[in-house]
Amino acid sequence: MNATPRLVEVRQHVLKNNDVVARALRSRFDETGTFVISLVSSPGAGKTMFLETVLKQLRGQYRVAALVGDLATDNDARRLARSEVPVKQITTGAVCHLEAAMVRDALEEWKPENLDLLFIENVGNLVCPATFDLGENLRLVLFSVTEGEDKPLKYPTIFNTADVAIITKMDLAGAVEFDAATAHGNIHGVRPGMRIFEVSAKKGQGMPEWYEFLAAELRRHRGLSLK
Amino acid sequence: MHELSIALSILDIAAEEAKRLGGSVAAIHLRLGPLSGVAPAALRSAYGLAREMSALPKAELVIDEVPLVGYCATCTAERSPPSELELFCPVCSTPMPQILGGRELEVVALELEA
Repeated sequence: MNATPRLVEVRQHVLKNNDVVARALRSRFDETGTFVISLVSSPGAGKTMFLETVLKQLRGQYRVAALVGDLATDNDARRLARSEVPVKQITTGAVCHLEAAMVRDALEEWKPENLDLLFIENVGNLVCPATFDLGENLRLVLFSVTEGEDKPLKYPTIFNTADVAIITKMDLAGAVEFDAATAHGNIHGVRPGMRIFEVSAKKGQGMPEWYEFLAAELRRHRGLSLK
Repeated sequence: MHELSIALSILDIAAEEAKRLGGSVAAIHLRLGPLSGVAPAALRSAYGLAREMSALPKAELVIDEVPLVGYCATCTAERSPPSELELFCPVCSTPMPQILGGRELEVVALELEA
Protein backbone atom coordinates (compact mmCIF):
# COMPACT_ATOMS: atom_id res chain seq x y z
CA MET A 1 0.00 0.00 0.00
CA ASN A 2 1.46 3.31 -1.01
CA ALA A 3 0.79 5.82 1.80
CA THR A 4 1.42 8.99 -0.20
CA PRO A 5 -1.05 9.63 -2.99
CA ARG A 6 0.46 10.65 -6.31
CA LEU A 7 -0.63 13.95 -7.82
CA VAL A 8 -1.59 13.72 -11.48
CA GLU A 9 -2.42 16.72 -13.64
CA VAL A 10 -5.77 16.44 -15.40
CA ARG A 11 -6.93 19.89 -16.60
CA GLN A 12 -10.52 19.32 -17.64
CA HIS A 13 -13.16 22.01 -17.83
CA VAL A 14 -15.96 20.86 -15.55
CA LEU A 15 -18.63 21.75 -18.10
CA LYS A 16 -16.78 20.28 -21.08
CA ASN A 17 -19.82 18.15 -22.01
CA ASN A 18 -22.05 21.22 -22.13
CA ASP A 19 -19.41 23.16 -24.06
CA VAL A 20 -19.04 20.42 -26.69
CA VAL A 21 -22.80 20.44 -27.31
CA ALA A 22 -22.89 24.26 -27.34
CA ARG A 23 -20.09 24.43 -29.91
CA ALA A 24 -21.88 21.90 -32.13
CA LEU A 25 -25.09 23.93 -31.90
CA ARG A 26 -23.25 27.13 -32.75
CA SER A 27 -21.68 25.67 -35.87
CA ARG A 28 -24.98 24.19 -36.96
CA PHE A 29 -26.63 27.61 -36.56
CA ASP A 30 -23.78 29.15 -38.53
CA GLU A 31 -24.41 26.74 -41.39
CA THR A 32 -28.08 27.64 -41.59
CA GLY A 33 -27.39 31.35 -41.08
CA THR A 34 -29.51 31.43 -37.93
CA PHE A 35 -28.72 34.11 -35.39
CA VAL A 36 -29.46 32.93 -31.86
CA ILE A 37 -30.34 35.26 -29.00
CA SER A 38 -30.79 34.10 -25.41
CA LEU A 39 -32.57 36.05 -22.69
CA VAL A 40 -31.77 35.87 -19.00
CA SER A 41 -33.32 37.78 -16.12
CA SER A 42 -34.78 37.34 -12.67
CA PRO A 43 -38.41 36.17 -12.47
CA GLY A 44 -40.78 39.02 -13.25
CA ALA A 45 -38.35 41.30 -15.07
CA GLY A 46 -40.56 41.26 -18.15
CA LYS A 47 -38.71 38.77 -20.36
CA THR A 48 -41.87 37.20 -21.74
CA MET A 49 -43.58 40.55 -22.38
CA PHE A 50 -40.45 41.84 -24.10
CA LEU A 51 -40.09 38.69 -26.19
CA GLU A 52 -43.76 38.60 -27.18
CA THR A 53 -43.48 42.18 -28.45
CA VAL A 54 -40.24 41.41 -30.30
CA LEU A 55 -41.66 38.29 -31.97
CA LYS A 56 -44.77 40.16 -33.15
CA GLN A 57 -42.65 42.96 -34.55
CA LEU A 58 -40.16 40.74 -36.36
CA ARG A 59 -42.37 37.98 -37.73
CA GLY A 60 -43.28 39.91 -40.89
CA GLN A 61 -39.67 40.60 -41.75
CA TYR A 62 -37.79 37.49 -40.63
CA ARG A 63 -38.33 33.78 -40.08
CA VAL A 64 -38.45 33.75 -36.30
CA ALA A 65 -39.00 31.14 -33.59
CA ALA A 66 -38.61 30.88 -29.83
CA LEU A 67 -37.66 28.26 -27.28
CA VAL A 68 -38.79 28.97 -23.76
CA GLY A 69 -37.44 27.35 -20.62
CA ASP A 70 -39.65 27.12 -17.58
CA LEU A 71 -39.53 25.08 -14.39
CA ALA A 72 -43.03 23.71 -14.49
CA THR A 73 -45.72 25.58 -16.39
CA ASP A 74 -46.23 26.26 -20.07
CA ASN A 75 -47.80 29.66 -19.36
CA ASP A 76 -44.95 31.54 -21.00
CA ALA A 77 -45.00 29.36 -24.11
CA ARG A 78 -48.75 29.91 -24.41
CA ARG A 79 -48.29 33.66 -24.02
CA LEU A 80 -45.57 33.69 -26.66
CA ALA A 81 -47.68 31.56 -29.01
CA ARG A 82 -50.05 34.54 -29.25
CA SER A 83 -47.36 36.17 -31.36
CA GLU A 84 -48.12 33.51 -34.00
CA VAL A 85 -44.52 32.44 -34.46
CA PRO A 86 -43.39 28.86 -33.72
CA VAL A 87 -42.79 28.47 -29.98
CA LYS A 88 -41.53 25.43 -28.14
CA GLN A 89 -41.50 24.89 -24.41
CA ILE A 90 -38.61 23.27 -22.55
CA THR A 91 -39.77 22.17 -19.11
CA THR A 92 -36.70 21.88 -16.91
CA GLY A 93 -38.39 20.34 -13.86
CA ALA A 94 -36.22 21.05 -10.85
CA VAL A 95 -33.34 22.38 -12.93
CA CYS A 96 -32.81 26.11 -12.46
CA HIS A 97 -31.26 26.81 -15.86
CA LEU A 98 -31.16 25.63 -19.47
CA GLU A 99 -28.26 23.52 -20.68
CA ALA A 100 -27.04 23.10 -24.26
CA ALA A 101 -28.29 19.50 -24.44
CA MET A 102 -31.84 20.65 -23.59
CA VAL A 103 -31.69 23.10 -26.52
CA ARG A 104 -30.29 20.40 -28.81
CA ASP A 105 -32.96 17.87 -27.81
CA ALA A 106 -35.77 20.39 -28.19
CA LEU A 107 -34.56 21.32 -31.68
CA GLU A 108 -34.21 17.69 -32.74
CA GLU A 109 -37.80 17.02 -31.89
CA TRP A 110 -39.05 20.28 -33.29
CA LYS A 111 -36.94 21.00 -36.39
CA PRO A 112 -37.92 24.61 -37.13
CA GLU A 113 -36.54 25.20 -40.59
CA ASN A 114 -34.57 27.99 -42.22
CA LEU A 115 -34.75 30.37 -39.32
CA ASP A 116 -33.22 33.83 -39.42
CA LEU A 117 -33.61 34.39 -35.70
CA LEU A 118 -34.05 31.97 -32.84
CA PHE A 119 -34.79 33.36 -29.37
CA ILE A 120 -34.12 31.23 -26.28
CA GLU A 121 -35.79 32.42 -23.11
CA ASN A 122 -33.91 30.97 -20.13
CA VAL A 123 -35.47 30.11 -16.78
CA GLY A 124 -36.03 33.23 -14.66
CA ASN A 125 -32.85 33.19 -12.60
CA LEU A 126 -29.83 35.49 -12.50
CA VAL A 127 -27.42 32.98 -10.97
CA CYS A 128 -27.42 29.53 -12.53
CA PRO A 129 -27.78 30.35 -16.26
CA ALA A 130 -24.50 32.32 -16.18
CA THR A 131 -22.37 29.19 -16.28
CA PHE A 132 -24.00 27.40 -19.22
CA ASP A 133 -23.22 28.20 -22.84
CA LEU A 134 -26.29 27.46 -25.00
CA GLY A 135 -24.61 28.03 -28.35
CA GLU A 136 -26.18 31.47 -28.60
CA ASN A 137 -24.63 34.35 -30.54
CA LEU A 138 -25.97 37.08 -28.31
CA ARG A 139 -26.94 36.94 -24.65
CA LEU A 140 -29.31 39.57 -23.33
CA VAL A 141 -29.64 40.26 -19.63
CA LEU A 142 -32.85 42.06 -18.72
CA PHE A 143 -33.75 43.84 -15.53
CA SER A 144 -36.66 46.09 -14.78
CA VAL A 145 -36.63 49.56 -13.25
CA THR A 146 -38.68 48.17 -10.35
CA GLU A 147 -35.82 45.86 -9.34
CA GLY A 148 -33.47 48.69 -8.46
CA GLU A 149 -30.27 50.12 -9.90
CA ASP A 150 -28.00 47.75 -7.97
CA LYS A 151 -29.07 44.53 -9.72
CA PRO A 152 -25.78 44.29 -11.64
CA LEU A 153 -23.82 44.53 -8.39
CA LYS A 154 -25.80 41.67 -6.88
CA TYR A 155 -25.35 39.42 -9.93
CA PRO A 156 -22.06 40.46 -11.54
CA THR A 157 -21.36 37.09 -13.18
CA ILE A 158 -24.50 36.98 -15.30
CA PHE A 159 -23.95 40.59 -16.40
CA ASN A 160 -20.35 39.79 -17.22
CA THR A 161 -21.30 36.82 -19.41
CA ALA A 162 -24.01 38.78 -21.26
CA ASP A 163 -23.45 40.93 -24.35
CA VAL A 164 -26.28 43.42 -24.02
CA ALA A 165 -28.27 44.81 -21.08
CA ILE A 166 -31.94 45.67 -21.53
CA ILE A 167 -33.57 47.80 -18.87
CA THR A 168 -37.29 47.04 -19.02
CA LYS A 169 -40.51 48.72 -17.81
CA MET A 170 -39.08 52.19 -18.49
CA ASP A 171 -42.66 53.51 -18.48
CA LEU A 172 -42.53 53.00 -14.69
CA ALA A 173 -39.15 54.71 -14.24
CA GLY A 174 -40.64 57.96 -12.94
CA ALA A 175 -42.96 56.25 -10.47
CA VAL A 176 -40.15 54.27 -8.86
CA GLU A 177 -37.61 57.12 -9.17
CA PHE A 178 -35.28 54.97 -11.21
CA ASP A 179 -31.78 56.47 -11.40
CA ALA A 180 -30.60 55.58 -14.91
CA ALA A 181 -27.11 57.07 -14.49
CA THR A 182 -26.44 54.93 -11.42
CA ALA A 183 -27.79 51.83 -13.18
CA HIS A 184 -25.53 52.44 -16.19
CA GLY A 185 -22.55 53.01 -13.88
CA ASN A 186 -23.23 49.71 -12.11
CA ILE A 187 -23.60 47.82 -15.40
CA HIS A 188 -20.35 49.25 -16.69
CA GLY A 189 -18.60 48.43 -13.40
CA VAL A 190 -19.27 44.73 -13.93
CA ARG A 191 -19.13 44.77 -17.74
CA PRO A 192 -17.19 47.75 -19.10
CA GLY A 193 -18.51 49.05 -22.42
CA MET A 194 -21.68 46.95 -22.37
CA ARG A 195 -24.40 48.12 -24.76
CA ILE A 196 -27.53 49.18 -22.87
CA PHE A 197 -31.09 49.66 -24.14
CA GLU A 198 -33.80 51.29 -22.06
CA VAL A 199 -37.17 50.03 -23.20
CA SER A 200 -40.84 49.73 -22.44
CA ALA A 201 -42.25 46.81 -24.41
CA LYS A 202 -45.72 47.95 -23.41
CA LYS A 203 -45.40 51.54 -24.63
CA GLY A 204 -42.85 50.94 -27.37
CA GLN A 205 -40.27 53.30 -25.91
CA GLY A 206 -36.69 52.40 -26.89
CA MET A 207 -37.77 49.42 -29.00
CA PRO A 208 -36.85 50.89 -32.44
CA GLU A 209 -33.22 51.35 -31.32
CA TRP A 210 -33.12 47.73 -30.17
CA TYR A 211 -34.58 46.44 -33.49
CA GLU A 212 -32.05 48.49 -35.40
CA PHE A 213 -29.21 47.06 -33.33
CA LEU A 214 -30.50 43.50 -33.79
CA ALA A 215 -30.76 43.92 -37.58
CA ALA A 216 -27.17 45.22 -37.67
CA GLU A 217 -25.96 42.30 -35.53
CA LEU A 218 -27.70 39.82 -37.83
CA ARG A 219 -26.08 41.39 -40.91
CA ARG A 220 -22.68 41.42 -39.21
CA HIS A 221 -23.04 37.78 -38.16
CA ARG A 222 -24.07 36.69 -41.66
CA GLY A 223 -21.06 38.54 -43.08
CA LEU A 224 -18.75 36.66 -40.71
CA SER A 225 -20.31 33.21 -40.99
CA LEU A 226 -20.42 33.29 -44.80
CA LYS A 227 -16.67 33.86 -45.00
CA MET B 1 -28.80 25.35 -7.03
CA HIS B 2 -26.74 24.44 -10.06
CA GLU B 3 -23.84 23.60 -7.73
CA LEU B 4 -25.18 20.06 -7.33
CA SER B 5 -24.96 19.34 -11.05
CA ILE B 6 -21.50 20.97 -11.09
CA ALA B 7 -20.41 18.73 -8.19
CA LEU B 8 -21.69 15.65 -10.03
CA SER B 9 -19.78 16.68 -13.16
CA ILE B 10 -16.59 17.10 -11.11
CA LEU B 11 -17.00 13.60 -9.69
CA ASP B 12 -17.72 12.16 -13.16
CA ILE B 13 -14.57 13.70 -14.57
CA ALA B 14 -12.50 12.40 -11.64
CA ALA B 15 -13.95 8.88 -11.90
CA GLU B 16 -13.33 8.79 -15.65
CA GLU B 17 -9.75 10.00 -15.32
CA ALA B 18 -9.00 7.67 -12.40
CA LYS B 19 -10.20 4.75 -14.50
CA ARG B 20 -7.87 5.80 -17.31
CA LEU B 21 -4.90 6.50 -15.01
CA GLY B 22 -5.42 3.69 -12.49
CA GLY B 23 -5.79 4.11 -8.75
CA SER B 24 -8.43 5.41 -6.39
CA VAL B 25 -9.12 9.12 -5.93
CA ALA B 26 -8.05 10.59 -2.59
CA ALA B 27 -8.58 14.21 -3.63
CA ILE B 28 -9.74 16.35 -6.54
CA HIS B 29 -8.09 19.73 -7.12
CA LEU B 30 -10.35 22.34 -8.66
CA ARG B 31 -9.50 25.82 -9.92
CA LEU B 32 -12.38 28.21 -9.41
CA GLY B 33 -12.59 31.84 -10.55
CA PRO B 34 -14.83 34.57 -9.09
CA LEU B 35 -16.61 34.89 -12.47
CA SER B 36 -17.23 31.16 -12.91
CA GLY B 37 -20.77 31.51 -11.62
CA VAL B 38 -20.10 28.93 -8.93
CA ALA B 39 -19.97 29.90 -5.26
CA PRO B 40 -17.27 27.99 -3.34
CA ALA B 41 -19.35 27.55 -0.16
CA ALA B 42 -22.39 26.27 -2.08
CA LEU B 43 -20.17 23.97 -4.10
CA ARG B 44 -18.57 22.52 -0.96
CA SER B 45 -21.91 21.60 0.57
CA ALA B 46 -23.30 20.28 -2.73
CA TYR B 47 -20.13 18.27 -3.19
CA GLY B 48 -20.63 16.64 0.23
CA LEU B 49 -24.02 15.37 -0.93
CA ALA B 50 -22.95 14.44 -4.44
CA ARG B 51 -19.96 12.46 -3.18
CA GLU B 52 -22.19 10.15 -1.14
CA MET B 53 -24.10 9.12 -4.25
CA SER B 54 -21.00 8.80 -6.41
CA ALA B 55 -18.42 6.12 -7.10
CA LEU B 56 -15.87 8.22 -5.17
CA PRO B 57 -17.25 8.57 -1.63
CA LYS B 58 -13.78 9.21 -0.16
CA ALA B 59 -12.51 11.86 -2.59
CA GLU B 60 -11.80 15.20 -0.92
CA LEU B 61 -12.44 18.41 -2.85
CA VAL B 62 -9.59 20.95 -2.78
CA ILE B 63 -10.69 24.31 -4.18
CA ASP B 64 -8.04 26.71 -5.43
CA GLU B 65 -9.73 30.10 -5.72
CA VAL B 66 -7.92 31.98 -8.46
CA PRO B 67 -7.83 35.77 -8.71
CA LEU B 68 -9.53 37.98 -11.25
CA VAL B 69 -7.09 39.26 -13.88
CA GLY B 70 -7.83 41.71 -16.66
CA TYR B 71 -5.86 43.36 -19.43
CA CYS B 72 -5.35 47.10 -19.20
CA ALA B 73 -5.06 48.60 -22.67
CA THR B 74 -3.59 51.83 -21.29
CA CYS B 75 -0.85 50.21 -19.20
CA THR B 76 -0.57 47.38 -21.77
CA ALA B 77 -0.28 45.04 -18.82
CA GLU B 78 -2.18 42.42 -16.87
CA ARG B 79 -3.85 43.92 -13.82
CA SER B 80 -6.06 42.68 -11.02
CA PRO B 81 -9.19 44.83 -10.71
CA PRO B 82 -10.38 45.75 -7.19
CA SER B 83 -13.33 43.32 -7.49
CA GLU B 84 -15.72 41.81 -10.00
CA LEU B 85 -17.94 44.84 -9.40
CA GLU B 86 -15.20 47.27 -10.43
CA LEU B 87 -13.53 45.98 -13.55
CA PHE B 88 -11.08 48.82 -13.98
CA CYS B 89 -7.31 49.09 -13.77
CA PRO B 90 -6.15 49.74 -10.18
CA VAL B 91 -3.23 51.79 -11.51
CA CYS B 92 -4.77 54.11 -14.12
CA SER B 93 -8.54 53.47 -13.71
CA THR B 94 -9.07 52.46 -17.36
CA PRO B 95 -12.08 50.10 -17.68
CA MET B 96 -10.98 46.53 -18.40
CA PRO B 97 -13.54 44.70 -20.54
CA GLN B 98 -10.99 42.02 -21.37
CA ILE B 99 -10.89 39.37 -18.64
CA LEU B 100 -7.89 37.05 -18.80
CA GLY B 101 -8.50 35.05 -15.65
CA GLY B 102 -11.42 34.55 -13.30
CA ARG B 103 -13.80 32.31 -15.25
CA GLU B 104 -11.99 29.07 -14.34
CA LEU B 105 -14.08 26.04 -13.42
CA GLU B 106 -11.60 23.31 -14.02
CA VAL B 107 -10.44 20.02 -12.53
CA VAL B 108 -6.68 20.52 -12.60
CA ALA B 109 -5.31 17.48 -10.78
CA LEU B 110 -6.15 14.31 -8.93
CA GLU B 111 -4.47 12.73 -5.94
CA LEU B 112 -4.42 9.02 -6.68
CA GLU B 113 -3.71 6.19 -4.30
CA ALA B 114 -2.53 2.80 -5.45
